[in-house]
Amino acid sequence: MSVLVYTESLKGKFKKNTFEVASYAHKVAQNLGTTVTAVSFNAEDDASLGTYGVSKVLKVSDDSLATFNAKAYASVLEQAAKAEDAKVIILSSSADSKFLAPILTAKLAAGYVPNVVAAPESTSPFVVKRTAFSNKGFAMTEISADIKIIGVSNNAFGVVENNVSAAVEDFSPSLGDDAFTTKSVEVDRVAGKVTIADADIVVSGGRGLKGPENWGMIEELADVLGAATACSKPVSDMGWRPHSEHVGQTGKPVASNLYIAIGISGAIQHLAGINASKVKVVINNDPEAPFFKAADYGIVGDAFEVVPELIEKLKEFKAQNA
Amino acid sequence: MKILVCISNVPDTTSKINFTEGDTQFDTNGVQFVINPNDEFGLTRAMWFKEKQGATVHVVTVGGQQTEPTIRKALAIGADEAIRVNAEPTDGFFVAQQLAEVVKSGDYDLVIAGRESIDYNGGMVPGILATLLDMNFVNTCIGLEIDGDTATAVREIDGGKETISTSLPLVIGGQKGLVEESDLRIPNMRGIMMARKKALNVVEPVDAVQPTQDQKFEKPAAKGPVKLVDAGNVGELVELLHNEAKVI
Repeated sequence: MSVLVYTESLKGKFKKNTFEVASYAHKVAQNLGTTVTAVSFNAEDDASLGTYGVSKVLKVSDDSLATFNAKAYASVLEQAAKAEDAKVIILSSSADSKFLAPILTAKLAAGYVPNVVAAPESTSPFVVKRTAFSNKGFAMTEISADIKIIGVSNNAFGVVENNVSAAVEDFSPSLGDDAFTTKSVEVDRVAGKVTIADADIVVSGGRGLKGPENWGMIEELADVLGAATACSKPVSDMGWRPHSEHVGQTGKPVASNLYIAIGISGAIQHLAGINASKVKVVINNDPEAPFFKAADYGIVGDAFEVVPELIEKLKEFKAQNA
Repeated sequence: MKILVCISNVPDTTSKINFTEGDTQFDTNGVQFVINPNDEFGLTRAMWFKEKQGATVHVVTVGGQQTEPTIRKALAIGADEAIRVNAEPTDGFFVAQQLAEVVKSGDYDLVIAGRESIDYNGGMVPGILATLLDMNFVNTCIGLEIDGDTATAVREIDGGKETISTSLPLVIGGQKGLVEESDLRIPNMRGIMMARKKALNVVEPVDAVQPTQDQKFEKPAAKGPVKLVDAGNVGELVELLHNEAKVI
């Protein structure tokens, strides 16, 4: 009856979102009077999950699962859920989680709710709060199926330490050839860059920057802050920046702690996409730009003067606080 | 090749969102409905397969009669036939089960859906559909080539992309990248006239489970006024972000 967690790792190391989903699962398990069991895939430091409230780790070590495969991973989780008689399964809002969750949902005839922003409102009936209308609203959604699958929104619940001792057990799922009918041919990850999904801080540029050649200062600012870079829709449509950086309603949602918008006017679609970010800063030379109504802090000014100045001030700040 | 494009009828991206009936319903008053953008990228890619590889393209939606203008638009863009399952799409699992019936009876090789609808954002329909029918599935798909029964798909991952090799029958959850924004088509008069003559078949829903129910909606809390920092005093912003907002 434990609460099951899908843990994500890259080259053996757990990703940050794993600690957040484990923290969330611990909260749910407390409410239900049970414990948390995590499933790990070729991870190194399984016992570290105990820090976030995981009592048991089902450790899968299998070379055929070295690269993420949604169907195969979903099959492993299905088998783990059955072995544990899990009624609640927690995963993240990563691309991988959103790929495998619907497959797992169908296999277990479960009820799946993604983009959940808080611990369950109640567990009987089971009601969770999630974003809807691309962050323009929230829904209270009841899951009435016997098995519930919850996708936790990034940075919504946070990482909470609940030290318990995690018992690590080997888990050997049975996987036939039919689990591998989609094959990964090539994975192309931008090395050494913070991704928008994992970032605590996102620095984003818009049309006000006038051209792709002016992105140097955006990248430098991001570099100083350890931030990911992003852009508005027109910027990606014009090919100044790759689609993968487009944030907004039809691009990526951003749920960072700090979002800095430079030369972005703040179209309703863009504001929807970044609404889940906690603190928003806008730098724009037009005081009438709609973004000023959505931001916490703002500077009315020329980005080409303000941003280099901001980079300098941040470097000084970092030097003092190093 | 027979392609089915799944279309969701959603509020235009510029819509202001309000709720009604004691915050239990989305307020459609004054809202313009459109083809879900993620689905429109897929539809446009399907048109490419029709023109370059001779594919037949059908479109389907699950929704009431009020969704017909949206599906007629898909016909005007160039889809050959449309199907409307006459039911309210209140739950993703429910919708996937309805679509599974359509896919089975139409014997489709490729099903193109959007990675999520921009209204309820469930993001589960293509994956559940694929699994119910034991078809292959690629989500957040930003590139798709078909050669005979072989499919090469590119999917967006966090911080990059992955190329996947698989085979038909296949379901994809598509998004921008399948085609570019500039490839999207606006129906012309000839397309609109032809669409009137194309079949729009209405089928009744099958019995299906509905494991989730939205009970209540709310809007984000109103935001306080922005705190402005003078452009000549950028250091103050650093100060505020550190001491007040505590984010750096």
